[in-house]
Amino acid sequence: MRKVAVVGVGQTKFSGAQRRTNIELFSEAALEAIAGAGLKTGDIQALHVGNVLSDFEEGQQLAHPFIAENLGLKNVPTNTFDGACASSSVAIRDAFIWIASGMYDVILVGGMERAASMGTQLATQAYSMYTDRSYEYPSGITFPGVFAMLAHLYAKKYGIPMDKLKEQMALISVKAHKYGLLNPKAHLQRELTVEKLLRSPMVCQPLQVYDCCPFSDGAAAIVLASEEIARKLTDRPVFITGSGQASAGTLASQQEYLPHLIARELAAKQAYDTAGLTPRDIDVCEVHDSFSIAEILAIESLGFFEYGTGGEATARGETMIGGKIAVNPSGGLKAKGHPVGATGAAQVYEIFHQLRGECGETQVQGAATGLTDAMGASGSIHCVMILERGW
Amino acid sequence: MRTGISVEEYLTALDENRLLGLKCRSCGCITAPPRLACRRCGGLDAEVVELSGKGKIVTFTAIHRAPESRRGQTPYLVVMVELDEGPWIMGNLGGLDPTLASLELIDKRVAMKMPPSTAKGVKDGICPQFMLTD
Repeated sequence: MRKVAVVGVGQTKFSGAQRRTNIELFSEAALEAIAGAGLKTGDIQALHVGNVLSDFEEGQQLAHPFIAENLGLKNVPTNTFDGACASSSVAIRDAFIWIASGMYDVILVGGMERAASMGTQLATQAYSMYTDRSYEYPSGITFPGVFAMLAHLYAKKYGIPMDKLKEQMALISVKAHKYGLLNPKAHLQRELTVEKLLRSPMVCQPLQVYDCCPFSDGAAAIVLASEEIARKLTDRPVFITGSGQASAGTLASQQEYLPHLIARELAAKQAYDTAGLTPRDIDVCEVHDSFSIAEILAIESLGFFEYGTGGEATARGETMIGGKIAVNPSGGLKAKGHPVGATGAAQVYEIFHQLRGECGETQVQGAATGLTDAMGASGSIHCVMILERGW
Repeated sequence: MRTGISVEEYLTALDENRLLGLKCRSCGCITAPPRLACRRCGGLDAEVVELSGKGKIVTFTAIHRAPESRRGQTPYLVVMVELDEGPWIMGNLGGLDPTLASLELIDKRVAMKMPPSTAKGVKDGICPQFMLTD
């Protein structure tokens, strides 16, 4: 296996509904990544695209060969990856394996979505198709509903009174908005208070509007290269040193592990093992905070805090920049936004800049090792990656 | 080789208030709703069994913002039930004002009670409907 580096990253501003097509959004992020790497479009040997619902969003299936045409990638092989909200993470992991294998040297990979363009009601309908259509969808379950059920299960299992858990969860959203305000590419750039969250409309008990990430439009892309090429391009390559991916079926089928998600725990173990690292070695992470409770579950399963203590740790400020482990300094899905297919690549975008010390007010001082954690559907898809400075 | 039961057979029985599962001939574990493979050992040889439809609530939520297809039906309760035979299954809870739901629902006993069959449900999708029995 060859070492593989991230040599360039790009991201559009994440936003609400806007008029550019998915192909245009991806292409903007791609050109930033290619230019940042010091490459030209003609250097790209393959294209991997994470995308979920381009068909529902704008009537476009099979966007990837048209993206290649738009960018002038000259008939390179193109692929799409549907891992629900983890789509571009699994696309990146796959491109990593293509380069590690020795068959390709330079791959453009990322994702895009116009989730906001669908409107909330159609988007809620479309995303609920990512549950099992025969066995769980007919109950009227939604993804906020899945995490609402996990929140109640968590409160019961760890004996945390609901009002206390609600406040801990609110602090996660408040933190996300605090950092989102400092991220010029974030979708939601406004402050949030616990009081405002607790006054917001109920989505799925106990999750209120501000416990939930927005539907966003946007794209993110990165360029991966073999170590040999990366060393020629830059003296500051960021290597992907660990990765893991796993799956799980219906929510009910995960009964022995809930409220924690078995696919995340398996993916994280593979990532730590392949990197030869432990949770203590991670300086900064971008985790899948699609809902406030989801960040608590993530920071526990990733090994940063014991089960049942993630909320308390959050309330003590241990997940802030400068705390024990900086979690989501980009604003996370909650404030940066969640253009589903783009989300995993946007996590890598943030970690890349963190490891290079380019994050300004939200820089985690001395960050040398970072982790990305992406989850799709009801814990059905999971991908964890570890990135390290190569200098 | 024909194993297990089809989704259509499962839903047709459910529509008639009968909850079917599969009992693994290797390890005895019950898988419901049915899958080809046993949820514990992965064995593919199983017999069809009719389950009691009884169990306890392990978690729940009241859905206030619903997909388009459920417009006008909110709020409604989605529950995860641990059946007496072991498996967890997702369904709805009726007979209770969803706005009154609290953590006290967890561990409450329930039984499946499907509404009168319309046959339409099998085509459009149905899932277990539970009522409190405590």
